[in-house]
Amino acid sequence: MNKLIFTLLLISPLIVISQTAEEKGYQIVSKAIDADRGFGSSSVDLKMVLKNKNGQVSERTLSNKTLELDEDGDKSMIIFTSPKDIKGTSTLTFTHKVGADDQWLFLPSIQRTKRISSSNKSGPFVGSEFAYEDLSSIELEKNTYKFIKQDGDLLYVEQDPVDPKSGYKKRIAVYNKAKGYRLETIKFFDRKGALLKTLTYLDYKIYKNKFWRASKFEMVNHQSKKETQLFFENYNFEVNLKESDFTEIALRRSSN
Amino acid sequence: MNKFSHIVVFIFLNGIFLFAQEDIIDISKEWELSRESRYFFDTPQFENQLNYYPSFSFQPTYKFKWNEGYENFIFSIYFNLDRDKNRTYWDLREMYYQKANNNWELNIGFKKVFWGVTESSHLVDIVNQTDALKSFDGEEKLGQPMVQFSWFLSGLGSLDLFYLPYHRKRGFPGEKGRFRFNNVLDSEDIKYESGKGEFNTDFAARWKHYFGAFDIGLSYFSGNGREPFFKFDEKNNIQAYYPIIDQYGIDLQITAGALLLKFESIYRTAKEQQFLAMDAGFEFTFSNVDKNGLDVGVLAEYLYDERGDWALSGLQDDIFYGSRLAFNDSQDTSLIAGGIHDFQTSSNLFTIEASRRFKNNMFVSLEGRIFSGVSDKELFLLYFRQDSYFRISVSKYY
Repeated sequence: MNKLIFTLLLISPLIVISQTAEEKGYQIVSKAIDADRGFGSSSVDLKMVLKNKNGQVSERTLSNKTLELDEDGDKSMIIFTSPKDIKGTSTLTFTHKVGADDQWLFLPSIQRTKRISSSNKSGPFVGSEFAYEDLSSIELEKNTYKFIKQDGDLLYVEQDPVDPKSGYKKRIAVYNKAKGYRLETIKFFDRKGALLKTLTYLDYKIYKNKFWRASKFEMVNHQSKKETQLFFENYNFEVNLKESDFTEIALRRSSN
Repeated sequence: MNKFSHIVVFIFLNGIFLFAQEDIIDISKEWELSRESRYFFDTPQFENQLNYYPSFSFQPTYKFKWNEGYENFIFSIYFNLDRDKNRTYWDLREMYYQKANNNWELNIGFKKVFWGVTESSHLVDIVNQTDALKSFDGEEKLGQPMVQFSWFLSGLGSLDLFYLPYHRKRGFPGEKGRFRFNNVLDSEDIKYESGKGEFNTDFAARWKHYFGAFDIGLSYFSGNGREPFFKFDEKNNIQAYYPIIDQYGIDLQITAGALLLKFESIYRTAKEQQFLAMDAGFEFTFSNVDKNGLDVGVLAEYLYDERGDWALSGLQDDIFYGSRLAFNDSQDTSLIAGGIHDFQTSSNLFTIEASRRFKNNMFVSLEGRIFSGVSDKELFLLYFRQDSYFRISVSKYY
């Protein structure tokens, strides 16, 4: 019996080693996604501060609502609240695990709803250093993964986008194993493989004893020297949103 | 008009009453002040028309939100001052109470509604009267009194039903104004076919759904037409009235990656006129072409109207082409340039529009419309052939 246990102890590191870097990377990201499951719905207000290379600053504010869905990707809505000329402009997005997302744009000045293409992944979101793809919900199927290293509680995972329209060759994401696999930083590499941007997650808070949310995102573009900061306020995990809050009718109403 | 102002006061007081009962109200205020200059560089065709039209507008908007945004009261009024006295006017753009509950939403009051998918014309869009004085492209609307009931059913799309108790007349430029006929039309002189006049009860319905890449809308309208029916009398002066119409509409968009395919068509019947019109085309966007956010779109649409020369828009057998640039910068700089070419008469209209935000609360837009080679065969456009212009507008928000 003792011998058996001893043998098992001896073999177990071998089992771990036999797991490929790809499998381990996939497993870490799955765990991070699982750790964030079950929030149902949430809403949050955001302030976006854009800084150009001369240090000039401009600001936008928006609010975001998300509905978690298991069978398919999440549904979400973004409503701009400033500058005033775009106040009420809003988007409705149905994320899909496979294939293009469905997206509608509402223009309040003429009360027009437009279905828009979601194929622009690499373009900037409203002049910021965040690309559209940086802000869409994380779905396992959208990347291939490779575990790189462990440094204390920090796990480094390379993510290679599957979509050829992505602006990145790879991303290196750092997950914190001790804090519910929350993200600490992401480094983005452009199509040529050069370091493009670094995203840092700051001032984490825990909600409902389970969901880690950073109060500040900082994205630095190393090539253009531009910077965007996102400040998150008024996180609400008790909003209890329903599918009927994510329709074209609700999109029109949300702009009020 | 008296009955009309009673409706206005009734809605306003009820709105006040409804939100006065609530404890938590989120109030937002927005004042838009705009200074516009229009410069017409060609010699006027008619007496008393001018070349330079400075104008000033003011639009305060107040929004009251309660019950977590499921109830709203919206108030927005527009004032405009211009050298053309008909372009000096005010309009109640919005004043309505809104209540939503799960799958339905109810709106009562003056409101704006948009239907359709195409860019160069808005055929199916019929609920609101066009504010033809404010803009040339038909996208500016007058507030329409309505009761709107919207119902959403997962898997079956959404249904909008409209009860429209009052008709808004279209405004036309005055004696000093551009874009007028040889005789000045007084909008109050344009009468109705309906014995009830502007109080004829109009109805509208629209079903909208999407299946994957397809967005489809089917619509129906019955009542006072929004577009007057024009005739020429023996003195060759324009005569007009609002006919009773039935209009069936379809709008379809296929979103295939960066390619959007768009189609709109209407069939309208009235006592003196039955016709079909359509607008079909595409928009393709090359996104982030400079790796700095620039999107370049190309658009083209074919326009057909069975009325031929009698199409008020003049878009009876025309092609629209254009290119849209969106810089996706922090100032939202964008530009659209294009034109409309008439296959029958070879008339051309060239358009350029650009806009950009300066500072946080100032928005500047430029517009140019140039009529070129307007054929003598044109029925309506002929009156506007000297009306090419450039416009600059600076809006400030408080």
